[in-house]
Amino acid sequence: MAIAIIRQRSLFGVVILSSIYSFLMATLLIVLDAVDVAMTEASVGAGISTVVLLATLHLVRTREIGPVRPRPLALLLTAATGALLVWGTLVLPPFGTPDAPIHKHVAPRYIADTVKETGVPNVVTSVLADYRGYDTLGETTVIFTAGIGVMLLLRVIRRRGRGGEGSRS
Amino acid sequence: MSLDLILRIGTKLILPFILLFALYVQFHGELGPGGGFQAGVITAAMVILIAITFGLKAARRIAPQALVERMIPLGVLIYAGTGVAGLLLGQNYLDYGPLAHDPVHGHELGIFLVEAGVLVTVSGTMVALFYAFAERGR
Repeated sequence: MAIAIIRQRSLFGVVILSSIYSFLMATLLIVLDAVDVAMTEASVGAGISTVVLLATLHLVRTREIGPVRPRPLALLLTAATGALLVWGTLVLPPFGTPDAPIHKHVAPRYIADTVKETGVPNVVTSVLADYRGYDTLGETTVIFTAGIGVMLLLRVIRRRGRGGEGSRS
Repeated sequence: MSLDLILRIGTKLILPFILLFALYVQFHGELGPGGGFQAGVITAAMVILIAITFGLKAARRIAPQALVERMIPLGVLIYAGTGVAGLLLGQNYLDYGPLAHDPVHGHELGIFLVEAGVLVTVSGTMVALFYAFAERGR
């Protein structure tokens, strides 16, 4: 799928393929029992970002500019970074081990005490909104900032007084 | 906008269910999967579907641009205000304990308010984003 996205020259095709890719990732996340994340991926990755990308294509041209010249140095750098990252994952504990450090730190306390302390059975919600409330406040602020930024850049400003309609900036 | 009849009727049929599902995801988020973020995106998707099928004008009638743009800071204010409420009642910032008579209910109420803030900001941002793009394209 990723190779198909790279090979595709029509940007419309790329958008549709990445939407399908997002849905596949959502299915994978459901298989991994991360239902909350899967829901976010399906609604944001496959839904809203596809709409936004299509709206962007509506504003710009939908064909990619001619084939780019191969750049050996860039390829080498990318391959080296990828190899470094893969090498970094080799020392991580195997997937699903119960005694991995991440499962030993605060996770047991969250799972054990979440109903007693917050009265909310879904641990994901209680961690997001309560134990890690600062992080979610930051996320909300990020969305706020992004929305304000896009509106400043793209919004059609209608000036009052001087004829109203037609003055775009 | 005179699009396909089936498309228009189908959209009309599906709209209430999208909104119902968004509300379910919002208010059931503490029991099942979901929460403010997902519910906000689903609500925004409903408005965007209206805009795609019936045109921007119809969507603006349901979700006026001024309202949508005010929702973006309003949600952040609800979230931060919940934190400040905890502060005023003598606890740490974003500690929901003192919001109700006993700490457990306070936490439930705090999570509810915070999720509502996230819903307002996310749905407002997504719809405002779509409006900005759609307006530019014309």
